[in-house]
Amino acid sequence: MHEVSIMYQTTIEELKQKAIQLRQTAITMIHEAQSGHPGGSLSAADIITALYFKEMNLDPANPKWEDRDRFVLSKGHVCPIQYAALLHRGYVPFEKVHTLRQYGSPFQGHPDMKKCPGIDISTGSLGQGLSCAVGMAIAGKRDGKAYRVFAMLGDGECQEGQIWEAAQTANKYQLDNLIVFVDDNNLQIDGTCDEIMPNLDLELKFKAFGFDTRRIDGHDMQQIVDTLDEIRGIQHGKPICIVCNTVKGRGVSFMEDVCNWHGVAPKEAEYLQALEEIAGGLK
Amino acid sequence: MSIQQSNVAEKKIATREGFGHEIVELGKKNKDIYVVDIDIGKSCKTTEFAKQLPNQHINVGIAEQNAAGLAAGLATTGKIPFISTYAVFGSLRMLEQIRQEVCYPHLNVKIACSHGGLTPANDGGSHQAIEDMGVLRTIPNMTVIMAADYASTRKLVAKAAEHYGPVYLRFTRDTVPVIYGEDEEFEIGKAKKLKDGKDIAIIANGDTVHLALKASQLLENEGVSVKLLDFHTIKPLDREAVMDCLSTGRIITVEDHNILNGLGSAVSEVVAEEGGAVVRRIGVQDRFGESAPYEKLMEMNGITIENIVATAHSLLKGTR
Repeated sequence: MHEVSIMYQTTIEELKQKAIQLRQTAITMIHEAQSGHPGGSLSAADIITALYFKEMNLDPANPKWEDRDRFVLSKGHVCPIQYAALLHRGYVPFEKVHTLRQYGSPFQGHPDMKKCPGIDISTGSLGQGLSCAVGMAIAGKRDGKAYRVFAMLGDGECQEGQIWEAAQTANKYQLDNLIVFVDDNNLQIDGTCDEIMPNLDLELKFKAFGFDTRRIDGHDMQQIVDTLDEIRGIQHGKPICIVCNTVKGRGVSFMEDVCNWHGVAPKEAEYLQALEEIAGGLK
Repeated sequence: MSIQQSNVAEKKIATREGFGHEIVELGKKNKDIYVVDIDIGKSCKTTEFAKQLPNQHINVGIAEQNAAGLAAGLATTGKIPFISTYAVFGSLRMLEQIRQEVCYPHLNVKIACSHGGLTPANDGGSHQAIEDMGVLRTIPNMTVIMAADYASTRKLVAKAAEHYGPVYLRFTRDTVPVIYGEDEEFEIGKAKKLKDGKDIAIIANGDTVHLALKASQLLENEGVSVKLLDFHTIKPLDREAVMDCLSTGRIITVEDHNILNGLGSAVSEVVAEEGGAVVRRIGVQDRFGESAPYEKLMEMNGITIENIVATAHSLLKGTR
């Protein structure tokens, strides 16, 4: 089998520093566009960093490399954090950082695989990404490929029934090459998930659907990396779900756990404060 | 052109059989061709594919929306998935998924649907797909096809597999007469001219082509010169073929679909832009069906040989 290891080998400290850069880049993009979704971008930042800068087998010079690991951002509205990862990994020239949500930009308001190198599937309508990831994972199995498919879901998004249609299919086809992260920040547009539509225990739900599950702190880089180390190479015929306890807006004091920062861009003073607080790293 | 003459007892076969037979052949030749079933493989004629090519077959159970997303994921890896279900579910139940995950990223997914139009007759209005082609033709990147008979279905399924991009294919549950010979060739987006004439043009597709063919024969017996076209592809619409009809000044469209937004609407758009002809649309009269024999439902909506002839008479009496 064709195996090319181009993993970034980085220490936990380096990954933490990278997460700071990605957060700053994402907030900068949203600030410049005066449009976008900061809250969920920040809650997903540490997981995205670990995936793009340590775990995933990628070749930024060849975004369509057929043996690459795939990443599906089912909660597509937090794409600024994924765009930040793609920028920092060299998929897109860094000057494009200024083009979020502009006409002709690779950085559409939601991920567009036709416009942005490194996007494996277009997303934006919630609840649909896991099905796409399942399709990719089945193809990988059938083709005898070693690639893995990583998907990131929002907890609010798990209210969509299609998530569970996809989950049952992942179980049926024994997709141990599928790793699902749930960014469990307990906030959605109209309020907390508990208020709007209780998710109950998402880990238990995925377990009931046949997944091998974990629950971790989605902002603890050591724990994220340890978990990825632990599941790498597993061949037990079960899809894997890692439910991550996260905080929406994490890293910016006035955004943390504040529902309203779901889809609002920071003004100048807020932006400068955010950059400064992020630079201090996660407390 | 080798149209099968129907003087002898006519041979009838459902076009879903054409899909079932062709997809097995295609799958054997091309290992990237997959079938995604949604629990109705028996009705949709994919059981043979599942049996012969299990490694290219996926059955997601009763979960249409998931099927569409899954097929999109498969397509990103180079597979050519054919989602197989009933037309009403394959268009409407998974509509947003088709838009977002198949058409928007322009992925190579085919939606191959049995039970098109009024053909799931006894199942009632819930199962009859009268809006599907219209809805799907308004989504960018989508190609929409309904072949008229068994042979043309096989040819167009093969063409759809060769064509890169989303294709919606609609088949009949009920049997329809064989019109074409096995050697007839078809091209996506290119209407088939079955007769050339100067007094009136009849444009039909799918299970109405044989009705239009018989109506045109009756009209010709009366001395009316009829131009007859099979528009198996309603998107991309063969504009040139429509414009070729303008010289007759009179066009009748016939379809097993709501008269809103289907073949009749598509043809009317071109006529409105180019001018020069009056259009009469025969099809489902913007109402739901009910459980009844297929022929009865067609009759209720005036999708009959008699109504095509009567409509032609009324148009010919006009000033044009």
